[in-house]
Amino acid sequence: MPTGNYKIQHHQHDVVVVGAGGAGLRACLGLAEAGLSTACVTKVFPTRSHTVAAQGGMSAALANMGEDDWRWHMYDTVKGSDWLGDQEAISFMCKEAPSAVIELEHYGVPFSRTGEGKIYQRAFGGMTTNFGQGQAQRTCAAADRTGHAILHTLYQQSLKHNAEFFIEYFAIDLIMEDGECRGVLAWCLETGELHVFWASQVILATGGYGRAYFSATSAHTCTGDGNAMVLRAGLPLQDMEFVQFHPTGVYGSGCLITEGARGEGGFLTNADGERFMERYAPNAKDLASRDVVSRSMTMEIRAGRGVGRDEDHIYLHLEHLGADILAERLPGISETARIFAGVDVCKSPIPVIPTVHYNMGGIPTNIHGECMGSASGNDKEVVPGLMAIGEAGCVSVHGANRLGSNSLLDLIVFGRASARRAVENAKTKSLAKRGNNALFEPAISRFDHMRFSEGGVSTASIRLKMQRAMQSNCAVFRNQQVLEEGVHEIDATIDLLSDVGIKDRSMIWNTDLVEALELENLLSQAKVTVHSALARQESRGAHARDDFPDRDDAHWMSHTNARLNNGLVGLSYRPVVLETGTTEVETIAPKARVY
Amino acid sequence: MAEFRLPKSSRPQKGARLNSDLGMKSPRRFEIYRWSPDSDDPPKIDELYVDLATCGPMVLDAIIKIKNEIDSSLTFRRSCREGICGSCAMNINGVNTLACTQPLDDLGDVVRLYPLPHMPVIKDLVPDLSHFFEQHRSIEPWLKAPEIVSDTERLQSPEDREKLDGLYECILCACCSTSCPSYWWNSDRYLGPANLLQAYRWIADSRDEETSSRLESLNDSFSLYRCHTIMNCTNACPKGLNPGKAIGEIKSMIAKNES
Repeated sequence: MPTGNYKIQHHQHDVVVVGAGGAGLRACLGLAEAGLSTACVTKVFPTRSHTVAAQGGMSAALANMGEDDWRWHMYDTVKGSDWLGDQEAISFMCKEAPSAVIELEHYGVPFSRTGEGKIYQRAFGGMTTNFGQGQAQRTCAAADRTGHAILHTLYQQSLKHNAEFFIEYFAIDLIMEDGECRGVLAWCLETGELHVFWASQVILATGGYGRAYFSATSAHTCTGDGNAMVLRAGLPLQDMEFVQFHPTGVYGSGCLITEGARGEGGFLTNADGERFMERYAPNAKDLASRDVVSRSMTMEIRAGRGVGRDEDHIYLHLEHLGADILAERLPGISETARIFAGVDVCKSPIPVIPTVHYNMGGIPTNIHGECMGSASGNDKEVVPGLMAIGEAGCVSVHGANRLGSNSLLDLIVFGRASARRAVENAKTKSLAKRGNNALFEPAISRFDHMRFSEGGVSTASIRLKMQRAMQSNCAVFRNQQVLEEGVHEIDATIDLLSDVGIKDRSMIWNTDLVEALELENLLSQAKVTVHSALARQESRGAHARDDFPDRDDAHWMSHTNARLNNGLVGLSYRPVVLETGTTEVETIAPKARVY
Repeated sequence: MAEFRLPKSSRPQKGARLNSDLGMKSPRRFEIYRWSPDSDDPPKIDELYVDLATCGPMVLDAIIKIKNEIDSSLTFRRSCREGICGSCAMNINGVNTLACTQPLDDLGDVVRLYPLPHMPVIKDLVPDLSHFFEQHRSIEPWLKAPEIVSDTERLQSPEDREKLDGLYECILCACCSTSCPSYWWNSDRYLGPANLLQAYRWIADSRDEETSSRLESLNDSFSLYRCHTIMNCTNACPKGLNPGKAIGEIKSMIAKNES
């Protein structure tokens, strides 16, 4: 029995969207336009979601700045994914990309412009023309604040369409019945009441879990709450071993410096002042994909060629671009460099270091956003009533390594696709009925247990232990021994959770409790991440093993599905989808990945 | 009779001394506004020390350190920690700004943290911004132009696009509006600098076709004209924007329209 007395408000909707970042808002918008009764439940005010921090842009073969073709974009994305991405999903995304960007422009996104007045597009890593021949300019940008521009515009559009928001509500758990998702239990921070949102369909748009690591570009709120809810429901998370390190986080603070900085002509140097990327990627140089650049930087530092007092970072040069270009195209990161590194980018290089940035893994879905993989272990079964989009989802379009500017695209394309599918599904479903209280009582007990926890260990100390273990044992380079240590460390850290104690017992804006619940969420994801990484005995994309340095297509061209049952990780594998789902483009066969 | 003092229940009392500076290499004294909706007690000002030798450079780093190590019940909003999400707006030594981009080095011997002024407080440093966001909705902050079915973008010249610079970057942190004395008095009807800047962002957009109706809807003695050019807004903006200028532009456009 719970210690606290909980008053519960019930709501009934066609669809509940959890999360109000780019994907969640785009889904909401489509649902509101179609007249579905939709609730958007979000733990932060929509424009505070982490999409706001996206900088460089959104890829789409508009051909505004030179010849382009969505098939070239598809080729780049498949290659970038190191052939772990599903080609049906990738062809769908790249083909939909131009219309997704144009739609955003029609909504009012203040894109930067070309001389002709079209959307400005910049160069980005791994984006090429003619199947790897030349450098493409494909990334649609609003200066270096594209995420901010898109997120605010989507919020404005959802105001226009009267979308119903439940803001600063923390989602506690999914409500599942006989393998079907029936709704979400959430906690209103302002009033302290618990709310049950019954819905025919739940769309998780809860983002990534970058904060499982010590140094991340991710916001404090990026704790992957939806992923963790899925694990608690006995459902799988896919490809969790693939964690992207962005080459250019500001040394120290971890704040992001967009890849667009290199897209506009910036470059990296080591302690000898050498442009070392020319050695590692003779063609693409500083615009090789992120996993390649992050590994190269790490190897330079390991070889004793790091810069700074401790020779442990790298310089990013923008000085040569000139004050005008910097002010016009890179004003945001110029400000970030000034504030967080004390650097005037017109005069000095920015100290940078590969920093955790993005989770390619997440909740497995089909191209409509419907979750795949039942609790009973069937990875090909759709989970009725549950969808996932954005960084929380894993379609998989990013495979083992995401290309820069494919994330904003992913949000919009699959946010839109999930809304379409939910509208279709709604035709055969009536408004959600209230279910039995027994369906959500276990979630309230878990919540209550944490709320009244009196152990001797603080949330912050457990979190730090987890973050340090992930940073040391599941980073850019991995091997058997380091990962086994990581598994052991994370298991030991999870054990500490039984002795956690919080101080605030209030129901109103109790961030002591929010942080403890977020920590519990992070820990389960950290656990499946290290286990998935230990099991994968090859190097592919962001998963680089010193002890298995080559990609092994014969054994490992498959997605990892990780479930958590009674604290034990169960892994299964599903082959990569090579069929493109269209006659317009043929399968891109695996080959060596050279930039 | 007008009430010029805060009601007794709202006047902050001396609070707890949460730790001492013993053994700290570089102690900095903090005074922090605390109030809990769960008790009838008036707000209080807690005092404590943070060792800057083991703390990151920004005020938010110190606040997080306090929550992690000294008092986990301290309540505040935060998210991106890089000045783009607008969550951690608060009053720091009398100035509204973002805790995440405010260096500790630029502050004096004492760091005083209060919630954004003149807003209802939910708990500690968390103000209730719902009225502010309701006003934002009221200016209809979305592109108004006939729907186009074209599969290409609307064209906008780089010169027209440049007119949005300094406007679209607003992060809705409310630092400006809550530093405006006129907004303090009349926020029920005066839109305040942030939302007027947002309104002007659409007036200035060459793609928007409702300029005159937007101007018309602002043309009353409260919505717009309670701005008395005090310019606290522009001084406060942590993004370096100039809401005061945007308001001036709106007034000037209305004046030209009427003449």
